[in-house]
Amino acid sequence: MSKQEYKELEQLYTDASHWSINAGDETIHAKRIAGRFRSYKWYASSLWLLFFITPYFRWEGQQAILFDIPHRQFHFWSLTIWPQDVWMLSLVLILLAITLFAVTAIAGRVWCGYFCFQTVWTDWFTWLENRIEGNPIQRRKLDAAPWTARKIRLKLTKHSLWLIISILTGVTFTAYFTDAYQLWVDYLSLQAALIAWIVLASFIFFTYVFAGFMREQVCFWLCPYARIQSVMVDKDTELPTYDLARGEPRGKVHRNASTEQKGDCIDCRLCVGVCPTGVDIREGMQEGCITCGMCIDACDSIMDKVKRPRGLIRYASRKELNGQPLPAVFKRPRVITYGIILFLSTAGIIYGLTHIPPVELSVVHERQPLFTQMSDGSIQNKYTIKAVNKTTQALKFHLRVTGLDGVDVRMPDGDIITLQAEGTIPFHVFLRVKASQLKKKKTKIRFILESFDTIDKMKLKKRSVFIGPAQ
Amino acid sequence: MAKQNKPQQVPDTGYEWDGIRELTNPPPRWWMISFHASWIFCVIYFILYPSIPLIHDSNKGLLGWTQIKEFKEAVAENDAIKAPYLKKIAEMDNQALLADPAMRNFAESSAKAIFGDFCAGCHGAGGQGALGLFPNLSDDNWLYGGDLDTIIETITDGREGSMPAHIEMIDEAGINTLTDFVIASSQGKATPEGLAYFNEAGCADCHGENAAGGDGAPNLTDTIWRFGSSRDEVLRTIRYGVNEDPEDVPQTRIAKMPAFEGKLSPESIKMLAVKVHQLGGGK
Repeated sequence: MSKQEYKELEQLYTDASHWSINAGDETIHAKRIAGRFRSYKWYASSLWLLFFITPYFRWEGQQAILFDIPHRQFHFWSLTIWPQDVWMLSLVLILLAITLFAVTAIAGRVWCGYFCFQTVWTDWFTWLENRIEGNPIQRRKLDAAPWTARKIRLKLTKHSLWLIISILTGVTFTAYFTDAYQLWVDYLSLQAALIAWIVLASFIFFTYVFAGFMREQVCFWLCPYARIQSVMVDKDTELPTYDLARGEPRGKVHRNASTEQKGDCIDCRLCVGVCPTGVDIREGMQEGCITCGMCIDACDSIMDKVKRPRGLIRYASRKELNGQPLPAVFKRPRVITYGIILFLSTAGIIYGLTHIPPVELSVVHERQPLFTQMSDGSIQNKYTIKAVNKTTQALKFHLRVTGLDGVDVRMPDGDIITLQAEGTIPFHVFLRVKASQLKKKKTKIRFILESFDTIDKMKLKKRSVFIGPAQ
Repeated sequence: MAKQNKPQQVPDTGYEWDGIRELTNPPPRWWMISFHASWIFCVIYFILYPSIPLIHDSNKGLLGWTQIKEFKEAVAENDAIKAPYLKKIAEMDNQALLADPAMRNFAESSAKAIFGDFCAGCHGAGGQGALGLFPNLSDDNWLYGGDLDTIIETITDGREGSMPAHIEMIDEAGINTLTDFVIASSQGKATPEGLAYFNEAGCADCHGENAAGGDGAPNLTDTIWRFGSSRDEVLRTIRYGVNEDPEDVPQTRIAKMPAFEGKLSPESIKMLAVKVHQLGGGK
């Protein structure tokens, strides 16, 4: 091996130290400092308090938001959504996905940095850790220290508080699926259903492990959205960025030494110290960065101290740093496209929510046999009608059939159809007609159900066919 | 094994090729945790569940779990849920059962699988039957009666209709006359002479004086045919009869409905009867 080749190999090993991947071997103890983005993070995470209180809201005598899986109903204040309306769910999912895409295209992983439950819960957990065990230096020292009474006391306090948050998280999540007040009674008296215990146990486990131990590892290795969002970012996207031209060459500040040849970065590494995922933003945008802006707060505080302008690390796009003009947000093709999809799906959801039919009707023509010849020579067809009454009162309907002259409508329970509140009872309808009335093998007909007895008259129509022998 | 994935610091195996060292980097911790959790799971599973194939059988496992046991438990659970309804079905009066939409629906849905298992083989999935072989259950033409009581009786005891072969009793001209009459009767064009001969030949003993049918004997004045409406089919029925001993009369028609008493519980038969009644022609 030549000297030159050997040098290249050495270089490879040096590079390799940069590849060193944080696979959870060392706990990241991030320093917490006050600042603009720190405040934003608190505001965003306080939104999650809504998650904890919402299940206790009541509306019209029942839980305001309730996913009633056994009854297949979703209660949302006065709205009740039935499985038949579930097409709206796909629009909601599209809305959420496109919102994520649009926000990421404009300002990077805003969701990850400020709103994501993984970030927020981890933030709460580390806040507690900071209060109990002290700052990162003290924490590292404590971790390395032998087990003393003090260490046991501190660790016990911390883990108990973590567990309390985990338990509250689990109970709250379960409370969205059953009566929240009754759930507490059931849990406290150990009478809860098995499934409630399983959900609670898994939520306690995953909250405790994900927010307490895995933390940034979840964002690195488990979360698919983190990876999806990486490809949403382009040269227009505003991200926390280190201004390379201004900062380099970095160097420590020495008293009496000229700093003119050096850049503004004083290499204090505070930006790395405050990072909850342990990345060095000066190496550029990278997969670990959740764009939470903690490094901006840190760097600004240092720039203030050394009397240099703020913004060495700031929200900036690649184009901005290269001195190129940034197109206005609503002139970017991607933003326009996302905007249109957002508008359409929102319009669809609003239409759906305001047009939920109170009664859902389906008419199924019997397939075997398609028709039956009766002893007087007439032709009979059998239909199964399923009508879901989504209202909270029984409804009565008259049924008639149009499109076929002289048709005889036969129902097992007489002419009046009673639909019980919030229920479905399928029933058969037989249509009989003289063979001479049939002009074609297949006649298009329409079932019409008209309500009476109710204030709002309802008229439901459903197309079907009447089938006879070949003519 | 080394504790950390640091390429520069980990010890190597001592092998080096052209300056490239073989490091002893460990697998990631999560991987090791999963690995140990997996084999521990396997050992526990092997102890608890049947999993090791032995010469005659597998090991039993501490839990004594078997697939068939789990199936039977599930069936028992289902039966327990259905039991109160079945009791109600058994106690309910036939007319009351048909008039109660909820119970009628329960009976119909419960009978769906029984119908598929025991009836659909001949009568078809929707009771449409097969022309000339098995009667259509969805029309309003009944040989023995289409009320619930009679349907229950039919399913419980089975049915075996009979019609004598006339090939040796009546001459060819007579059989042709009868055939013409029966076909005309179905079209509403019966002649008094035909009806007179029909009575004279003794057909009216079963089919009635006006050929309008009797208990088990089809109505010959309607448009529905048990064995087919073509002249050849009618001729065959009159010549060779129904359910004659096939050794004497090989061409005879076979029309046998088996009895389900003992094969099905009375509740199942009752629910089945409700389903048949609701197929389209119940009386």
